[in-house]
Amino acid sequence: MNAVHYLNQFFAGLGGEEAAETPPTRLDGAVGPGRGLAAALDGIEIVATLACGDDYFAEHEDEAVDRLVALVEVEGPDLVVAGPAFGSGRYGYACAQFARAVSDRLGIPALAAMHEENPGVAAADGKTLIVPTAVNVAGMRDALPRMAQLAGALAAGRELGSPEEEGYLPRGFRRNRIAEKSGAERAIDLLLAKLEGETRSEVAAGFDRVPPPAPVADLSTALLALVTEAGCVPQGNPDRLPTIRAQGWLRYPIGSEDSLVTGRYESVHGGFDVTLANEDPNRLVPLDTVRSLEQAGRIGAVHATFYTTTGNGTPVAASTRFGREIAEELRDAGVQAVLLSGT
Amino acid sequence: MLAKEIERAGVPTVFVTSLPTIATMIGANRIVRGPAITHPFGLAEEERRRIVERALEMLAAEVEPTTVWEVEPA
Repeated sequence: MNAVHYLNQFFAGLGGEEAAETPPTRLDGAVGPGRGLAAALDGIEIVATLACGDDYFAEHEDEAVDRLVALVEVEGPDLVVAGPAFGSGRYGYACAQFARAVSDRLGIPALAAMHEENPGVAAADGKTLIVPTAVNVAGMRDALPRMAQLAGALAAGRELGSPEEEGYLPRGFRRNRIAEKSGAERAIDLLLAKLEGETRSEVAAGFDRVPPPAPVADLSTALLALVTEAGCVPQGNPDRLPTIRAQGWLRYPIGSEDSLVTGRYESVHGGFDVTLANEDPNRLVPLDTVRSLEQAGRIGAVHATFYTTTGNGTPVAASTRFGREIAEELRDAGVQAVLLSGT
Repeated sequence: MLAKEIERAGVPTVFVTSLPTIATMIGANRIVRGPAITHPFGLAEEERRRIVERALEMLAAEVEPTTVWEVEPA
């Protein structure tokens, strides 16, 4: 079987940043890291290496992809491999877009390799197989055999197993399969593993990460807002906040109140017993406490509006939207800190 | 998800919840463990005060992603 390998100008030995404008180029056989990859491949030969400068690719993406795909077409390989790009953003992006174009346009299986936080991973959007690597070139020796292994699986044309089994990054979808053991047995297995200190899950997290913003410099001058997912609303739920699967969020004025008084506020959350919350709604949204801290000068001011929704059964996309919308209002209002409660 | 989106907008946000495992999984950064699902800010005023104080402390702290703080018992 034949493979084509993609590298940037640096790893192809064409030069460093001064060669970053190099247009797509074809080199015979395996080059640079391709030699190590070739050694790890079983029954697959790297017949050609394609290289492109990182800047050239970034600045002329459509043209670069067209030319690279045309070069692949000439070779007619069984498989295409790109990288490893490690943490290099431009290179990783090029690897991901190139590999994606090869499989989309030519139907040839392709994979790329890079660090999981490389922007190329987001660019691939689950449409390209990506082998995770270390963040820098020190991870080369570890990366090549794993790339070769996945390449072997692709070349064999067999159906791939899970990301964990095959060594690629999750692509963001779930596939049904017949499990050998029942859910109860698998749950017990997970529990026993956890008791031995190994926490595993069958449900991939699949959530992105946000770097924590800088802390509040001076609370005594900061505007603090109260937000809740606990379904806290004025008594009688005048705006009909759903008890589950909320479609939106609500805002209520609290500028003239010192406390969420019992009987004037309640929780309509359908996911827990609200008896204790309704005895004293400050147990969900602690207006009484933050108001006294405001009066004591510990907090600059309490934002005159509180925001509420029910957080149970809400799809991730919907609650992300609520978060964005609320965040925009908070930012426009000059809010510097948020106390959020969930149940 | 609310905590994460508000922090994405640059506003430090403490999420008080009795289910920090889930909060950690979705990627909230500043998490304070509340005592119970039915009353994340506790039952008594004094307890609520301690939880809020702990949350304020966290708002003013540099934290690593998905940090969980406990509230000291009285």
